[in-house]
Amino acid sequence: MHIPDGFIDVQTSAIFAGLAAAGVATALKGARTQLDEKTAPLAGLTAVFIFAVQMLNFPVAAGTSGHLLGGALAAVLVGPWAATLALAVVLIMQGFLFADGGLTAIGLNVFNMGVIGVWAGYGIFLVLRKILPKNKSSISLAAAIGGLLSVPAAAVGFTIQYAMGATATFSVSTVLGAMVGTHVLIGIGEAFITGLTVSAVLASRSDLVYGWKNNVQKLEIRSAN
Amino acid sequence: MLTNRKFYLSGLVVSLFLAGVISFYASSSPDGLEKVAEDIGFIQTAKEHTNSKGTLADYGVKGIENERTSVGVAGVIGVVGTAIVAGFGFRLLARKPKKDRN
Repeated sequence: MHIPDGFIDVQTSAIFAGLAAAGVATALKGARTQLDEKTAPLAGLTAVFIFAVQMLNFPVAAGTSGHLLGGALAAVLVGPWAATLALAVVLIMQGFLFADGGLTAIGLNVFNMGVIGVWAGYGIFLVLRKILPKNKSSISLAAAIGGLLSVPAAAVGFTIQYAMGATATFSVSTVLGAMVGTHVLIGIGEAFITGLTVSAVLASRSDLVYGWKNNVQKLEIRSAN
Repeated sequence: MLTNRKFYLSGLVVSLFLAGVISFYASSSPDGLEKVAEDIGFIQTAKEHTNSKGTLADYGVKGIENERTSVGVAGVIGVVGTAIVAGFGFRLLARKPKKDRN
């Protein structure tokens, strides 16, 4: 999912660098109010864990692999603002130190994985949390499905960038179909990792989990009415 | 409930283990985007990475011949580096202006 230099032209990359910077700036503001001294270390650990798991490409189909993106996972664990920041840190480390993801493509990648992936995953998580029974298994399940769908959502992000400024001339619909098809498969792996990780953290330190605390608080408010 | 110390220590140990040991067994097949680019035919529009000759390029340490060690050490460096950057960064961000405010 890490876009190399050259796929997308410089103008489009610059536009998305601006959008990603705006996303990160907004996330800095949001995370400042959301995080406290108790939850900040979990945000750091989330970035670390995502870096580690992103190294673990798993096979999907016919000579294709995928790896965790981690947007939904991070959003459920530490909230969407800190999630965007965690992903941005990981992507910048990968681009600069490990030559993974082009340097002119950092904005494209932060936008797809750190903004679209996070908010698509978190949005789906919120909807499912509302419908599902109010317990920890529902939180893990909602996070998993959020993770599942966040991957094709990020793939759509790439396709939009391709449509705006691809250096190649293949049809956008061909790219869209192939990207979404492949990334739904990768999303299944994302769902497993996201669900398992969220349930492990819920089992050991549910008091730190943003997507769970937040839910309990809301319930308390309702019952008081 | 785990204590803070146990919880963060286990998280860090798991991450180090995944990046330092398990990463060697990761699939080396092209990822979703690369595969799509190969199949459709725009993979050759990719340019070589600016840092492709860097010390840690492609998750290997330049100069370490043994592949298992090379990727493992690169993974550990990445985990420690991310821990330093994200750990301090989030801590700084979460620091409230007044000490007595809770």
